[in-house]
Amino acid sequence: MSDLLSYILTAEFGYSMLRVTTPILFAAMGSIVAESSGASNIALEGNMLFAALFGAIGSGLTGSVFWGLIIAIAGGLIISALLIYFGLYLKTDIILSGIALNTLASGGSIFLMYVILHDKGSTSSIKTLVCPNINLPGIENIPVLGDILSGHNILTYFAFLSVIFVWFLLYKTKLGMHIRCVGENAEAAASVGIKIKSVKLVSLLISGVLASLGGAFLSMGYMNGFSRGMVSGRGFIGLAAAAMGQLSPVPTLIASLIFGCADAMSNIMAAMRIPDEFVKLIPYVTTVVGLIVISSWRTWRVKKKRIAALVSAN
Amino acid sequence: MINKKKLSFDTKFELMRFTVAILIAIGLSFVTILIVSHEPLLALRKLFLGPVESFRRFGNVVELAITLSFAGLAVAIMFSANQFNMGAEGAFFASAGVAAMFSLALPLPPVLAPLFAIIVGGITGAIICVIPAWIKMKWGASELVSSLMLNYVFYYLTKYFAFTKFKDPNCGFVGTFKIPEAAKLAKIVPHTRIHAGLIILVFVVIATIFFMKKTRWGYNLIQTGQNPHFAKYVGINTGIVIAYSQIVGGFVAGMGGAVEVLGMYNRFQWKELPGYGFDGIVVAIMAKNKPQYVPLAAFFLAYLRIGADKMATATDVTSEMISIIQGVIIMLVAAQAFLSHRRQKMLVKEVSKNV
Amino acid sequence: MDEILRLENITKIYPNGVTANKDANLSVRKGEIHALVGENGAGKSTLMKIIFGMEQPTEGNIIYNGKQTQIKSPLDAIACGIGMVHQHFMLVESMTVAENIVLGAEPGKGPIPNNRAMIEQTKEIIEKYNFVINPKEKISDLPIGTRQKVEILKALYKGAQVLILDEPTAVLTPQETTELFRELRGLRDMGHTIIFISHKLNEIKEICDRITIMRNGTTVGVHDVGSVSQQEISNLMVGKDIDWNIEKNPPKRGEVILDVKNVSVLDEAQRSILKEVSFSLHAGTILGIVGVEGNGQSELVEAITGLHKADAGSIKFHGNDIADSSIKQIREMGLAHIPQDRMLRGAVVNGSIEDNMIATFIDKEEFSSGPVLKTKKIRSWSEKLIKDFMVKTDGPEVPVKMLSGGNIQKVIVAREFSSNADCIIADQPTRGIDVGAAKFIHRKLIEMRDNGVAIMLISADLSEIMDVSDSLLVMYGGRFVAYFPDASKVSEEELGQYMLGVKQQTSEEVKGCIA
Repeated sequence: MSDLLSYILTAEFGYSMLRVTTPILFAAMGSIVAESSGASNIALEGNMLFAALFGAIGSGLTGSVFWGLIIAIAGGLIISALLIYFGLYLKTDIILSGIALNTLASGGSIFLMYVILHDKGSTSSIKTLVCPNINLPGIENIPVLGDILSGHNILTYFAFLSVIFVWFLLYKTKLGMHIRCVGENAEAAASVGIKIKSVKLVSLLISGVLASLGGAFLSMGYMNGFSRGMVSGRGFIGLAAAAMGQLSPVPTLIASLIFGCADAMSNIMAAMRIPDEFVKLIPYVTTVVGLIVISSWRTWRVKKKRIAALVSAN
Repeated sequence: MINKKKLSFDTKFELMRFTVAILIAIGLSFVTILIVSHEPLLALRKLFLGPVESFRRFGNVVELAITLSFAGLAVAIMFSANQFNMGAEGAFFASAGVAAMFSLALPLPPVLAPLFAIIVGGITGAIICVIPAWIKMKWGASELVSSLMLNYVFYYLTKYFAFTKFKDPNCGFVGTFKIPEAAKLAKIVPHTRIHAGLIILVFVVIATIFFMKKTRWGYNLIQTGQNPHFAKYVGINTGIVIAYSQIVGGFVAGMGGAVEVLGMYNRFQWKELPGYGFDGIVVAIMAKNKPQYVPLAAFFLAYLRIGADKMATATDVTSEMISIIQGVIIMLVAAQAFLSHRRQKMLVKEVSKNV
Repeated sequence: MDEILRLENITKIYPNGVTANKDANLSVRKGEIHALVGENGAGKSTLMKIIFGMEQPTEGNIIYNGKQTQIKSPLDAIACGIGMVHQHFMLVESMTVAENIVLGAEPGKGPIPNNRAMIEQTKEIIEKYNFVINPKEKISDLPIGTRQKVEILKALYKGAQVLILDEPTAVLTPQETTELFRELRGLRDMGHTIIFISHKLNEIKEICDRITIMRNGTTVGVHDVGSVSQQEISNLMVGKDIDWNIEKNPPKRGEVILDVKNVSVLDEAQRSILKEVSFSLHAGTILGIVGVEGNGQSELVEAITGLHKADAGSIKFHGNDIADSSIKQIREMGLAHIPQDRMLRGAVVNGSIEDNMIATFIDKEEFSSGPVLKTKKIRSWSEKLIKDFMVKTDGPEVPVKMLSGGNIQKVIVAREFSSNADCIIADQPTRGIDVGAAKFIHRKLIEMRDNGVAIMLISADLSEIMDVSDSLLVMYGGRFVAYFPDASKVSEEELGQYMLGVKQQTSEEVKGCIA
C-alpha cells in the first residue's frame, strides 16, 4: 500500500495521469456539446475507433502528421454523419443509433484495416506518425510541476484547451446559446425561429470532431498505430464523465481527471504484483461509483428543495 | 370491416418496410464486396450460398443461431420494459466462465452436471443484469452507461477467476481446465456440432412466449414498457416489474453463455467479450421484441455470419463486414421516418380503393 | 380608433376531423386591451395560434393593418409585429434575462454576441416600458411573475405591436397580477394593442376595453366592457349546449363512502393549488364537481386515486385512511377511476382491446391461477364486455389505436365499471367523444348509482354535469365556492357565475357537502 502511495506521489504519476486523461477528456467534451443540444451522442466510442484507425493509416500514407489528423477527423465524422442521418432525419431512436454505430465501428474498423493493410490485428505494417511532444517554455524548468505539465503530446494540450473551447462555445457564442436553448427548451427555440434540426446537426458534428481528436490521440500519441478494440470503453467513460459533470465543462474536467487518475493508477499497479484483471477494472468501477454518487446527490438535492418549500408553504 | 382493413394495412406496411430494410442491407454488402474484393463473384457466392454448401456448414449456422437466439430473447425481454440495459454482453461472458468453473469445481453425474451449470450461469446473468436497473431505481443513474461499464467489470472479474484458479498450465493457450465430459451438452446431429442446447433453446423460447403472453408477469411487463403512466394508473408496481424483467432477461442471457461454453467448447477460453450482447440487440430489434420471431431473426443473422466466415476464408473480404450490415439493419428497422412518405401514399391508395 | 387586426370567417378543421373554429370573427382596434373569453374548448387557443402562425386556417382571412396577410409561421407573425406570451413560458431557465430577450436575434456581428449591446438594449427596453428587472439575472432564480415580464419584453424587443397574452394571470399571485395590469396599461398608453385571454371576469372588467366572447368554436359577440355586466358575459359564455334529457329516479342516499378532509396539494413550483378541500361522497349518489379547468380538480382526483399523494389533509375510503395505500390497494378497496386523459393514462394504445380491458382484473383468481393467465376466461370476459358496452370492433384482439375516441372511452369505461367498485371517480368521462357514446356512458353512470355506487363526476361541461349529477360542488381557485344539494334546482347562469368567480357562497353554505 505504501508502495502505491509513493508511486502516486511522484511527478511521473501526474504526468501519466494527464496522458491517460486525454482521450477521456476529448470524449467527455464531445458528449457535453451533443447532449447540450438534446441529442445524445452514444456513438463517441465509434467516432474514436474510426478516427484512431484513419489517423494511424492516414499519417502513415501521407507522411504528414497534419494530414493524418485531418484524415482521422474525417474518419470519425463518417460515424457522426450516419448518426445524423439516422438519428435526425430517419428518426431512429438516437440512443439505439449510437449503439448500432458502435457495433458498426468495432467491426468496420477491422474490416477497413484489412481492406487497406490486409491485417486484422493492428496497423503495424505501416509507419504511423506520432503527434509531437511539446515542452512548455518556462514551465518545463520548474521542478515537479514541469515534469508533470511539460513534454506532453500536443493533443494532450489540445484536450485541455478543448475544455476552454467548449466553455466558450456554449456560453460565449450565439451558436452556443442556440445549442443550449434547443437542448433545454426546444419549443422556446422554435418560437424565436431557431432551426432545431440544424442546431442539433452542428452540435453532433462538433461532438464528432472532439471525439475524433481523442481517437487520433490513441493511435498517434498514446500508441503509434492502431490495434483492434483500442478504444476499449473510453468513449463510454467520457459519456459518464459528462453525466457526472452535469454537462458543465469544468466539473466534467474534474470527473475526467478522476477517471484518468484511476486509469493511471491501474497502470502503475500493473507494475506491482496486483493481478492484471483487478487493475484493469479500476477505471470502470470508479465510473459506476462516480455515477451513483452524483446521481444520488442530485436526487437528494431535489428532495431537500421540495421539503424546504413544503415547510415554508405551511 | 374498416378496422380489419386498417389492421392488415399496418401489418402489410411493416412487413414491406422490414423487407426493404433487409434488402438494402444485403444490397449494401453486395456493393461493398464489389468495391473491395478482387474476386467479388466468389465472395458473393460464399456469403450467400456458403452456409448451404455442405451439411456441416449448415450445422454451423444452427449452432450460432442457438447462441444468438438466447441473446436475442434476453435483450427482447429486457427491452420490452423499455430499459436500455446492455448487460447481456457481460452476462454472456461471465456466465460462460462461471458455468465452466462450476462444472470443474463440482463434478456431477451427467444430465445433472449441465443442468446445474446452466442454472448457475443463469443466476449469474440475472445478477449482472439486475444491477443496472437497481442502480437506476435507487440512485437514478442511467442504466445504459452503468451497464456498459459493468460489462467491463464482470469481464475482468471472470477472466481473473477463470484464468488464475482454473487455468490449465498444460494448455497451449490461455484457458481453463477441460470441462468434464459429464457436464458437456451432447451432440445431437451427426456430422455437426449441433448440441443439446437446441432442445434447451426450444424450451426457453416456448417458456418465454408463455411468460410474455400467458402470465400476468409478462402482461404487466408489456404494459409497463409500452405505457408506464397507464401501468401506474391501473395499479402495477412498475419498479418491481422493471426489476424482474431484467432478472429474467439476464437469466436467459446467462443460460445462453453457459449453453454456449458447454455445447461448443472443451474449456472456457474467451479472451474478449464475445459481442453476443450486441448481436442480441440486432436480433431483438429485427424480431420487434417478440419471442416467437427471435429464432427466425437469429437464424438470419447466423446465416449471414457463417456466410461471412466462409467468404473470409475463401476470399480477401473479412467477416467483420457483417458488423457494418448489422448496424445498418438495426438503424433501418428502427427508423420511424424510414419510408414514411411511402406509407402515406399506400394509405391514400388503400383508402381510395375502398371509397 | 383604427382597426389593426381583423379575422374574417375563420374556420379551422384539424386533420383528425375536429372542428376547432367555425366562422369566427374578431376585430381588434389599435391601442386597446381586447379580452377574448370562452369556456375550455371554445376555440380561443386555436384562434390565437392562427394569429401567431402556429396553425393555418382552413378557411377565412386575416387582415392586418388593412392588408390581407398570410401568417405561415411564428417568424412571420413576429415580422408583422405580433408577439405572444404563452401560458407555458418559452424561456431557457439556465440563461439570463438579457440572453432570453435577445435569443434568436442576438446583437453583434459574427459568431460572438455583443454582450454589452445585449445588456444595454435589454436595459433600454426595460426602462422604456417601466419594468423592474435585472438583465443579468438567471431565469431560474426569478419568481413566476418576473418570468412573465421577461416573456413580454421578449416580444416587445422583437418589435411586437400586438401582444397576445394567453391566460396571463392564471399563474400569478394577486400582487403580481396588480403589477401586470399596471404594466399592461402602460403598454396600452404607448400605443400597443393587447389581446387578453382569460376566464376571470373581474379582471376583464378591471383592465379590458372591449370583449369578444367565444362559444363552440365561434365568436358570439363583441361588446364594450363597460356596457355589459359580468352576469351577462357569463351567460353568453357558459351554457348548456345539449339537453341530455336524462331520466332518473331520485337518489337513494346511502352511507359515506369517501371522506375528504382539509386536503391540500402543492404543484411543481410549490404553489398551493388545492387549498384545504373537504367533502363527503355517499353511496347511491352522483356528486358533480364543476369548474373551469385548472382550478384544482385534477389535483383532487390524483390525491384520491393515489396517483399523486396529497401534501396535507386526510382521505378516508370506507373509513380507512388511504394516505399510505398504494394505487393497487386503493383499487382493491373498491375504487375505480376514469382518467381525464385517455391516451396518456387511460389506455395502452398499442395494446389490444383485451389487454386494455383486463388490466385491473389480471390478479383476480377468476382470471389467473398463480402467475398463469386463464386466457379462455379472459377472452370470454372481454368479449362480454365488448358486447355489454357496445364497443364497435371486430374483436378483442384489435389494437386500441384503431378505435374511434368514443370506442376507446367505452373500453376504459367497461374496465372501470365492471370491477365491482363501490366508488367511481369519473374525470371528464365524455370529453371529445360522439354523442352516442356520451349518452351511453351517462346511462351507465346512472345505472351504477341506482345500484348503490358512489360516483364523483368531474366535468367542465355544464350540460353533462347538470343533467347527470344529483348534487353539485363548484371549484374555483383550488377551493369549493358553492354547494348545491339538488343539482336540478340550479340554473346554468347561476352556476356560470360561481365557476367564473363572480359569486361565492358563504363557507357555511359550502360546508353542506360534508357528511
